[in-house]
Amino acid sequence: MIELSHVSRTFGAFRAVDDISVSIPSGQIVGLLGPNGAGKTTTMRMITGFLAPSGGSISIDGMNIAEAPVAVKRKIGYMPESAPLYSDMIVDDYLRYVAAMQGVDADAKVASLANVCGLTEVMHKNIGELSRGYKQRVGLAHALMQDPEILILDEPTSGLDPNQIIEVRNLIKEIGRTRTVIVSTHILGEVEMICDRVIIISKGKIVADGPTEEIRGHFGHYTTLRLTVGGCTRDELVHLLGSVRGIGALRDANPVYIRGEAAPVSLMLSVEGDEEPRPAIFRLIADRGWTLYELAVQTSSLEEVFRALTVDAATGTGTSNEEVV
Amino acid sequence: MKTTVPASRHSAQRPRVATVIMKRELGAYFSGPIAYIVTGLFLILSGILFFSVFFLQDRAELRRFFDNLPILLSFFIPALTMRLFSEEKRSGTIETLMTLPVTELDVVWGKFAAAWISAVAMLVPTLSYVVTVALFGSPDPGPIVGGYLGALFLCAAFSAIGLFASSVTKNQIIAFFIAFGISIVVSTMDVFLIFLPGSIVDFLAYFSASAHFGSIARGIIDTRDLLYFVSVTLLFLVLTVEVEQRERR
Repeated sequence: MIELSHVSRTFGAFRAVDDISVSIPSGQIVGLLGPNGAGKTTTMRMITGFLAPSGGSISIDGMNIAEAPVAVKRKIGYMPESAPLYSDMIVDDYLRYVAAMQGVDADAKVASLANVCGLTEVMHKNIGELSRGYKQRVGLAHALMQDPEILILDEPTSGLDPNQIIEVRNLIKEIGRTRTVIVSTHILGEVEMICDRVIIISKGKIVADGPTEEIRGHFGHYTTLRLTVGGCTRDELVHLLGSVRGIGALRDANPVYIRGEAAPVSLMLSVEGDEEPRPAIFRLIADRGWTLYELAVQTSSLEEVFRALTVDAATGTGTSNEEVV
Repeated sequence: MKTTVPASRHSAQRPRVATVIMKRELGAYFSGPIAYIVTGLFLILSGILFFSVFFLQDRAELRRFFDNLPILLSFFIPALTMRLFSEEKRSGTIETLMTLPVTELDVVWGKFAAAWISAVAMLVPTLSYVVTVALFGSPDPGPIVGGYLGALFLCAAFSAIGLFASSVTKNQIIAFFIAFGISIVVSTMDVFLIFLPGSIVDFLAYFSASAHFGSIARGIIDTRDLLYFVSVTLLFLVLTVEVEQRERR
């Protein structure tokens, strides 16, 4: 159980983390999501004891980090962003060193960890010569050394190629079956794939927190529907939709080719309020005798949530999430 | 899976953690080229300074060698210690280190022990000077034993100064010059004192490493001299722990 109570952290005049309260029960895989500079790394550094909070308190299994730093750190396996490791050591020596630091029997543990993390082929290479993917795996082995109850990974897939990303994600899922895992990322798809729960942070504050499904499926201001109808004109369709409650802005979607249908109309509909407009849309179209080809929630809905929550309302500047995988 | 570690085991593990850190530092130091370059240069430089006058003076003693030692070590020990913390901070490995179950004190102890051993290892080849001197005459063993004993304490103090300097910056070169600056001032303080009014000379003279080292190296082992080096060492170790703790805040 990880408990953050009114935690904040300032660097000079800058508030990196601003009054965050959250509690994470054992066994959850939590995704910490936010644009760059939102306070994800600072939050993780405070949970791992690398930084002390400027205000508030953090406790793990009832132990306050400030009072029992060593006992708390023993429970946590942490991989910082880009896995900073001693580049002049060979992998085997490094893992043996970590085992000694954790008070773990190296002979028993290092070989099995190397196996789990896929390091057996590089055990006698210098860490400095490893590719990013392998370095990241050494970082993961470092974090898993003492079988920690809590695993904290800062951007574990950044800088990896697609195959490596899939491997690391599977590894995290596997590990997460038996422990609490906190993963930070700015990649939305990743959270949807591996996390039970999403916490979205923007400008040091929590802007959303809930089960991944709930946030993704959250019907309200953030959902977009894609609708493709045959047998009518665009104007007729727009007119018809005007009578449906809960539909906001409409825009044209990329047209689709449908065999045997001369001019299907595709629209993107923003859903407003908590109304579920799909049954009404279906019935109206069916009543008119038009053909409904497509009525789907856009799969990138978490992205919409993320965008809506992290866009600065005052300036209207969007946060970049070009790297969405 | 819950593991509760009794408090007694925690405290028993502290020296073990510091030892692991010390071993890693020594491994990194001796597996790279720096150890051999620094030790080699030290041997050459101290050899030139010593033997250039040894044959002229024609006296079977190591006094000249020990006289030069504070200034030589002011230069060479910072070269050993400059990377200890600054390299960890530059590369970010300080984060993986400090999030292991360690305290700042464990890390400082481990790194200090490694620095001290490296510094003493640098002095080991100079034992050949003792052999040389013994070949040409019969030196008085008192000042030689005293000189090496004093050198152990001097190395400890300068290692602590070097470690402190390394903790305040990410830049190894800056760490080197801070350590060199503090060490050289401490070494040569008694030389500067002639510029100062007499009333504070006696007070400041106590802080001169050369004066304390000089008296040990003459074979006079006075607890005040030893206490001086122990105090300087502890002072800078405490400062280093303080700097490291401040980085967390």
